[in-house]
Amino acid sequence: MSKQMTGAEMVVQALRDQGVDTLFGYPGGAVLPIYDALFQQDSVKHVLVRHEQGAAHAAEGYARSTGKVGVLLVTSGPGATNAITGLTDALMDSIPLVCLTGQVPTHLIGSDAFQECDTVGITRHCTKHNYLVRSIEDLPRILHEAFYVARSGRPGPVVIDLPKDVQFATGVYTMQKNVQHKTYQPRLKGDMAKVREAVEMMAAAKRPVFYTGGGVINSGPQASELLRELVALTGFPVTSTLMGLGAYPASGENWLGMLGMHGTYEANHTMHDCDLMIAVGARFDDRITGRLDAFSPGSKKIHIDIDPSSINKNVLIDLGIIGDCAHVLEDMVRLWRSEAKKPDAAALKDWWKQIDKWRERKSLGFRNSADVIKPQHAVQRLYELTKDRDTYITTEVGQHQMWAAQHYHFEQPNRWMTSGGLGTMGYGLPAAVGVQMAHKDALVIDIAGEASILMNIQEMSTAKQYRLPVKIFILNNSYMGMVRQWQELLHGGRYSESYSDALPDFVKLAEAYGAHGIRCEDPADLDRAIQEMIDYPGAVIFDCVVAKEENCFPMIPSGKAHNEMILLDLADDAGIEMGSIIDEKGKMLV
Amino acid sequence: MNAIAALSPYSSSAGKTNTERHTLSVLVDNEPGVLARVVGLFSGRGYNIESLTVAEVAHVERWSRITIVTTGSPESIEQISHQLERIVPIHKVTDLTLHGRAIERELAMIKVRGKGENRVEALRLGDAFKAKVVDATTESFIFELTGAPQKIDDFVEIMRPLGLVELSRTGVAAISRGADPS
Ligand SMILES: Cc1ncc(C[n+]2csc(CCOP(=O)(O)OP(=O)(O)O)c2C)c(N)n1
Ligand SMILES: [Mg+2]
Repeated sequence: MSKQMTGAEMVVQALRDQGVDTLFGYPGGAVLPIYDALFQQDSVKHVLVRHEQGAAHAAEGYARSTGKVGVLLVTSGPGATNAITGLTDALMDSIPLVCLTGQVPTHLIGSDAFQECDTVGITRHCTKHNYLVRSIEDLPRILHEAFYVARSGRPGPVVIDLPKDVQFATGVYTMQKNVQHKTYQPRLKGDMAKVREAVEMMAAAKRPVFYTGGGVINSGPQASELLRELVALTGFPVTSTLMGLGAYPASGENWLGMLGMHGTYEANHTMHDCDLMIAVGARFDDRITGRLDAFSPGSKKIHIDIDPSSINKNVLIDLGIIGDCAHVLEDMVRLWRSEAKKPDAAALKDWWKQIDKWRERKSLGFRNSADVIKPQHAVQRLYELTKDRDTYITTEVGQHQMWAAQHYHFEQPNRWMTSGGLGTMGYGLPAAVGVQMAHKDALVIDIAGEASILMNIQEMSTAKQYRLPVKIFILNNSYMGMVRQWQELLHGGRYSESYSDALPDFVKLAEAYGAHGIRCEDPADLDRAIQEMIDYPGAVIFDCVVAKEENCFPMIPSGKAHNEMILLDLADDAGIEMGSIIDEKGKMLV
Repeated sequence: MNAIAALSPYSSSAGKTNTERHTLSVLVDNEPGVLARVVGLFSGRGYNIESLTVAEVAHVERWSRITIVTTGSPESIEQISHQLERIVPIHKVTDLTLHGRAIERELAMIKVRGKGENRVEALRLGDAFKAKVVDATTESFIFELTGAPQKIDDFVEIMRPLGLVELSRTGVAAISRGADPS
């Protein structure tokens, strides 16, 4: 198909051709022609957010819960700069986004025109790639190429900066099927010789572990299926990063729970003592490894990743396999089967015996209370009351995020949306808006903190406008709890500026936004209140008043190794001075 | 030990690894911003640039070659190559130093001011180094010299006491030896 149309019409046509049904945006002078083109059609739905950061996180939530590319549209200058946090978030967590930004007309670029900013310059560092479209002839190719780049290889955000004169210009649009980039063509299939070597190593392993990450989710649901199959075939234990939760079901026998700074005792000790680590779509981030020179000292390491730069970045790898998780896992499963491989059953039995001992520490345990709601208990009840529904969970950032990761259990991929790499407070509500747009009838819950939620609270208006029944479940501990916990551990309990003073009345706030407000302070009333939230047909803000000074355990203190975790019982031990656990070097780290 | 010490503050070891000097040859689409991407990568991730040159090498395809001389541990140089490969308009990254001794050349123009003895000596040494005189006044010469960076360093050191007043160098262009493209 070839057709004469304006640049603005090309944008909308390309969205349609790329199968985009929803985009998130906010208008302004430099994108008015595109808004006009959107006005005159109804196949692409525009969702009006209340802040451009919200548009980016909503697009992320949409992308991560559907596996599709998320799209946002913002104006030049402040529209573009407001989107930066969301773009950076998407870059860190490898979320495919296409961000369309308006720009002043080409002849004004560089003149400090009204609402001009160097968008491609500013976003060069926080996008996978970006384009400034200088002529209408380039526009159709760039539009399609951007989608290709965003979703191929290691996914990420792509910005297309669109000067206003290009939006008005007319040119020829050709429907381009399966546009690729002329040189950017990431390798999907792993090197078979290496896959074979990996399978040999796995069959010989005595203390193996799968360490899986967000790459398994990004690779698509098939990768999760294949992971499950490989775990079942080998009988190996499996742990996952924050970003990878749901790839292997939490109810699965071989599941160790999440690993890392707030991971389980069994997951971290298994990582520390293993003799073979099979990393799949994970990037050895500092929240995972703890002290690097004490990281899993006795193991051989296999690393499967689509991004060659992830291999050997922080940790030396014995066998790196570059490829897409699903492709490589498929080859592994096939080889394991066709060569009738068997794990070392005797060794594995001993290994599991050891792991079961670690499990007995029940590292996620906490002291419940009849007087005050414990935040962990609140997440557990939320889980019990929602697990049999079609549920999606998003979070903000802080202790509540870690408690959600520890106590909400995921059976499927794409059900858990959280800001991992960047740790962006204010992510959860707009992400929930994005998820709910894609899954109209699902139960979408943002597990939030009272501080984080205020960072993008304006998106309640978006929820109201589009009748999105998102549920905001605030674990209100009256503190920026994670900050307070670090101040307790590192700074002598001097809680400098971490108290959430002058909070709004969240029930009234809900009402002001046309939503339903619920406050619960009594553990005995919690189940009923959660049920009320679930049953309410519209958006809800649930102010769950929880214990103020609860700490998030277990924890690997910064600068320590996997086998140096603090557990609740240790932390409570009168003999241990909390402030002395992290040494001077550890204090330097974040 | 598994840690790549030099690269992460999370490592508590001192991070003593041997530093090497490598020449990377990077073939890119000659499009706006590509140089900024490369330079931004080096500054953003804290890598060193000793020298960087860029020019179009295929007019029809609009390809440019960027030649970068960098220093770091072998692991960090491998990481630099991979990080460069992530940049979408980069086609190919070749570590010429890993490919055997590459040919490296640089062009320099050296302005020397002086009279009498020094002037004669400068001219004589210029000759010995096969430098060309491309400009002269009664009290100055400009030499043009092409060669390996070390040769230029040597010449510059010799010219310094003889009245060197200004120096302009192109940075290194490099290519692998033998019949095959790198
Ligand atoms: C945008 C942003 N600013 C600052 C931080 C640093 N930070 C991390 S957690 C946190 C406190 C979050 O408080 P709250 O939302 O109440 O969650 P809690 O830890 O109490 O569960 C802060 C300030 C951040 N992650 N993101
Ligand atoms: Mg809080």
